[in-house]
Amino acid sequence: MDLLYSIFADPFVQMAGAPDLLVQTVWEGFVGGILYALIALGFVLIFKASGVFNFAQGIMVVFAALTLVGLYEKGVPAFLALALTIGVMFVIAAAVERVVLRPLVNQPDIILFMATFGLTYLLIGLGEAIFGGNPKVMIAEQLYLPKGAFDINMLGGVVTLQKIDIAAAVIALAMIACLSIFFQYTRIGRALRAVADSHKAALSVGISLNQIWVIVWFLAGVVALITGIMWGARSDVSFALQTVALKALPVLVLGGFTSIPGAVVGGLIIGIGEKIGEFYWGPLVGGATESWLAYCIALVFLMFRPQGLFGERIIERI
Amino acid sequence: MSAVAEMAHGPATRAAAEALLTVENVSLTFGGVGALSDISFDIRKGEIRAIIGPNGAGKTSMLNCINGFYHPRSGRIIFKGKPRQRMRPYEAASQGIARTFQNVALFKGMSTLDNILTGRTLKMKRNFFWQLLRHGPAMREEIEHRIYCEEIIDFLEIEHIRKTPVGKLPYGLQKRVELGRALAMQPDLLLLDEPMAGMNLEEKEDMCRFILDVNRHFGTTIALIEHDMGVVMDISDRVVVLEYGHKIADGTPDEVKADRRVIDAYLGVSH
Amino acid sequence: MFYREAGQFKTTYASDMAVFPILQDRIGLACILLIGFVGIPLLSGTFFLQTVMIPFLVFSLAAIGLNILTGYTGLLSLGSGAFMGVGAYACYKLTTIYPDVNIVIWILASGFFAAGIGVVFGLPSLRIKGFYLIVATLAAQFFLQWSFVRIPWLYNYNASGAIEVPQRLLAGIPLTGANATPVTRYLVLLAIVTFLTWIASNLVHGRIGRSWMAVRDMDIAAELMGIRLLPAKLLAFAVSSFYCGVAGACMMFLWYGGGEANDAFNINQSFIILFMVIIGGLGSLIGSFLGAAFISVLPTALKFGLPALGIAIPGTVAEHATYILLGALIIFFLIVEPHGLARLWQIGKQKLRMWPFPY
Repeated sequence: MDLLYSIFADPFVQMAGAPDLLVQTVWEGFVGGILYALIALGFVLIFKASGVFNFAQGIMVVFAALTLVGLYEKGVPAFLALALTIGVMFVIAAAVERVVLRPLVNQPDIILFMATFGLTYLLIGLGEAIFGGNPKVMIAEQLYLPKGAFDINMLGGVVTLQKIDIAAAVIALAMIACLSIFFQYTRIGRALRAVADSHKAALSVGISLNQIWVIVWFLAGVVALITGIMWGARSDVSFALQTVALKALPVLVLGGFTSIPGAVVGGLIIGIGEKIGEFYWGPLVGGATESWLAYCIALVFLMFRPQGLFGERIIERI
Repeated sequence: MSAVAEMAHGPATRAAAEALLTVENVSLTFGGVGALSDISFDIRKGEIRAIIGPNGAGKTSMLNCINGFYHPRSGRIIFKGKPRQRMRPYEAASQGIARTFQNVALFKGMSTLDNILTGRTLKMKRNFFWQLLRHGPAMREEIEHRIYCEEIIDFLEIEHIRKTPVGKLPYGLQKRVELGRALAMQPDLLLLDEPMAGMNLEEKEDMCRFILDVNRHFGTTIALIEHDMGVVMDISDRVVVLEYGHKIADGTPDEVKADRRVIDAYLGVSH
Repeated sequence: MFYREAGQFKTTYASDMAVFPILQDRIGLACILLIGFVGIPLLSGTFFLQTVMIPFLVFSLAAIGLNILTGYTGLLSLGSGAFMGVGAYACYKLTTIYPDVNIVIWILASGFFAAGIGVVFGLPSLRIKGFYLIVATLAAQFFLQWSFVRIPWLYNYNASGAIEVPQRLLAGIPLTGANATPVTRYLVLLAIVTFLTWIASNLVHGRIGRSWMAVRDMDIAAELMGIRLLPAKLLAFAVSSFYCGVAGACMMFLWYGGGEANDAFNINQSFIILFMVIIGGLGSLIGSFLGAAFISVLPTALKFGLPALGIAIPGTVAEHATYILLGALIIFFLIVEPHGLARLWQIGKQKLRMWPFPY
């Protein structure tokens, strides 16, 4: 009886009892969710345009952030470092296209997916070798990102909103809006969607696969950079971020692999769900549920909708 | 356990045989799109029944309903005297329905022999623990079924490719292997979805010969979707014609060939 | 000219369907077993056994497990590390609760616990297809990893949070714990691996293996043959997790001698085993061995081989180099031979058949 009460009633009582805490938790979850969505966005970009599930997106986030901070530490001014890092991401994109994607162009998707595994390991090794394994501090101030917090008096208590979080949310949503417009209304966006559908068909209408891939991996690299900056500004830049990036998978599962708004919705569901779950139900099981709660949430969703919330129904023609 | 059963069915006997499968007022929709509307026909035991019609008529959907892949929204299907509404594909398999597909649905990672052996899965009874051991009862069972499959391989003249991974085979041979796999199930009803698509004249004649042999020697009832009118008229006992999900003709090949509606919808006239 | 099948006629189906139909293959297998059981213990030092052979055997077993699930049945899994952990903890609890039972029995029994848990986490696989299944296995991985730490009963409330492997004897000789010599551990491990490989080979070459491959290649058609999908997939999960569980128990008891969950059975371990299976060859038992050999030998080779060649590199650089090389090799293999080392091995044998002619 006690057990039932503590699972099904008590958390809600707590929520009602301290609504300001609830809002705080939801806000934290919201921000976390936006950042998951950003990582997922990188996956969606590449998947939407090349049909490849880029497992290396997480490490690209870390690598981009490390490059930025590394350059700054070497004495390069902040915004120049930013520009150079964007250049580095372009070089990586071009290299990946040339060395990994081009030789594997007609292989089944699973092979390409596994190639990105290899890429992940490569970038981890390279990153550790060049930048060292220690966590670094993001150059948030130098990039004019806001510091400090707002305190809002509401609902009988205080809700603290970090300014950097608000900035992250705004930047992320702006980027998502731009990318959506890009995909939907520009010529290149249409070409990207064609390539996602079928490499062979896109080739046959004259779309240059190589160019498209470089563009898309570069875009994903820029998204990774911005993600890295935002994540890094909130906590440190370290290789642990790579495991956090795995959490983008449940986000993608929920939101669908090809949907940009889906990535946002999925990210928010996972982010908020995770935080609320950990805060109100976590203490029942000893805490630290954040390592697996996201996957279980996604799993439950998948059981009811195997193609995710926004995904296209998988139709098998026989 | 010989694979060749003694059966001699002449046309006269066939006409009097009872219905193996009856389709009664079956309708099927996908979302709002009607694939089949109120279709009724039967397939008599031991006959070769052709289902023809223009593309999109619902022929494959009809086979899928018989198979258990789709479940009709209304109407019923009676197989061997027992009506069944929602049947899963593996139930259809254990009841004696086998099938080939329009796009060859072979197991590309396995050899011809292994593919045909998978057709014997339902007949293999040795449980998990004997399989762990392999030597002994499980091996004896494997050999038993291997013998049966070899008879099928001989029959279809594919001995030379029995160990080749099927992914490497040309299309015509793949279709033959698929037929072999369906035959391995010793089905009562064999559903063939465009078995001669993409074949040249020689291959078609071979396939016709196999289908007729299967019907005559194994005694298998066959339902066949086919676009080649020459084949249909030559080998089938009766024909049902579908158009946009409706049945527009049902009878012997000669009757159907002369039917006005069929000519308008599908056959056309020679100029 | 040595590797010819000419003159070897099969007069029965039994001999045609044997796993090693060619005489030279059988001789080769006998040689390998001889080297394994007799040659290596006699000729190599404890270092070689401890750093190369024992890890190789443990990982081979885990790779066979994952290969059954991902290679033969086509169910992508990133949970193998956690299933290894289940085996390790199960073995630990069993042997601390019933210390008088032979430890080898407990090592094998722990596989059943892993199999049970594997089936539970495999249940979603009927609804969820292909790539999405990764989410379910990741949930298994992280959840189980979390429980290893959060359930102190599992490690007997040990203050350090780690398993400490007690000493166990086999026929009077110490097999686990500090007093056990590498030779003893190696021989027992080799026996376990040989036995379990034989069982895996039996399964994979018979009806069940064919069902799994059918499910992998085209599950719709497989259903049509009468293969029930859920039982087939669950069986794959069960058998695969069994192998991973035993591998985990062996890792803890015959290799490490103790350890903590987050080090040994984390997501990294799952990735490494997946790489072994990819590089070795999906859907091939021999590929599991080749892949395990490759990845367990590589770090050691770099760490000790390069200095031996005269290139001295500090330890951390070697670690980075391992990552870089591993990543590059995965990409290289996928480009050159997506079917892995096993296919290269087959091609090699093919060429050997023709030798000294080129084709």
